[in-house]
Amino acid sequence: MDRKETTINARLSDLFFTFLKLGAFTIGGGYAMIPLIEKELIDKRAWFDREEFLELLALAQSAPGIIAMNIAVSVGYRAKGKAGMLMASLGAVLPSFLIILLIAAVFTSFRDNPVVERIFKGIRPAVVALIAAPLFRLAKSAHITLKTMFIPIGTAILVGFLGVSPIWIILSGGLGGILWFLIAKRKQS
Amino acid sequence: MVFDRKKKAVMIYLQLFITYLKIGFFNFGGGYAMLSLIEHEMVLKQQWISHAEFTDMVAISQVTPGPIGINMATYVGYTVTGNVWGSLLATLAVSLPSLVVMYSIVRFIQAFRQNKWISAAFEGIKPVTVGLIGSAAILLMNAENFSDYISLIIFGFSFMLSWVFKVHPILLIVLAGLTGLLVY
Repeated sequence: MDRKETTINARLSDLFFTFLKLGAFTIGGGYAMIPLIEKELIDKRAWFDREEFLELLALAQSAPGIIAMNIAVSVGYRAKGKAGMLMASLGAVLPSFLIILLIAAVFTSFRDNPVVERIFKGIRPAVVALIAAPLFRLAKSAHITLKTMFIPIGTAILVGFLGVSPIWIILSGGLGGILWFLIAKRKQS
Repeated sequence: MVFDRKKKAVMIYLQLFITYLKIGFFNFGGGYAMLSLIEHEMVLKQQWISHAEFTDMVAISQVTPGPIGINMATYVGYTVTGNVWGSLLATLAVSLPSLVVMYSIVRFIQAFRQNKWISAAFEGIKPVTVGLIGSAAILLMNAENFSDYISLIIFGFSFMLSWVFKVHPILLIVLAGLTGLLVY
């Protein structure tokens, strides 16, 4: 490896509690975690320089898996090897696991309560709106143009209306990317 | 008969594990992008939870801390098996791909970063994830979530508040819940 290795002065318990804190106080998952991680790991503890963190972040976002977990795994491994990776991911998962377990145990018996039912009847359409609203902004940041617009629209139709499994579309997306790369390469030479 | 019941119970745990392993592995683009996959597997294919229950879980995930994928796995694991072990198994299964894949990436970071084939595949997946979020919205536009014209009004208002005025999701869910309490 020719990359410069920053020596990180972290203890396993530091990793665990840092990610426990991130898991307990970030609502909305991976992306919501990013500013807090920056503050905690770079500004406060100086475990990474910003450039290295951004690189890990880019990989965590493009790789498969839950983004918050991917961040915990990569940061934990860089800081303290396999043990660090396990402690950081355990810390990241534990708060939501415990909270949702409690909700699952209680909510199943509360769901038929008329007051709860009225509240959730109001919430359900808002949730759908919440998912649909950021679509245009996301399309822009994924650099979707008029030429490539057929990909997200086709995906939405196939999965949303025709019931095709997202797995097939993801696999075709990956294959399509490789094919596109091959065609571009042939055009160049 | 007892044997049959035991066999059935083991099958449920096995199915839960395999399904969440799949969800973890094919989860690209995070959060909302994985919703259509979870819904396809949990609601349409296995029929472990209903559309309404799924939507309620998205709402609960939005107002509680932690990644939505973990929240969903913990919740569905519990409701399907009725105990903590189901939660634990599903959460482990959905986390496992992150552990294995990210570990390999960080270990072989140099080789990974320079691999043109892998980055070409990721470039192709990126526009797909946008479409997957769209399909999650389409899948949720059903009679269970939109029972009357009031739900359409709530949808319209929420969409505008979120898109134009960028109201925080937690505030939006609280407002919608209060509206439901008042009008129904």
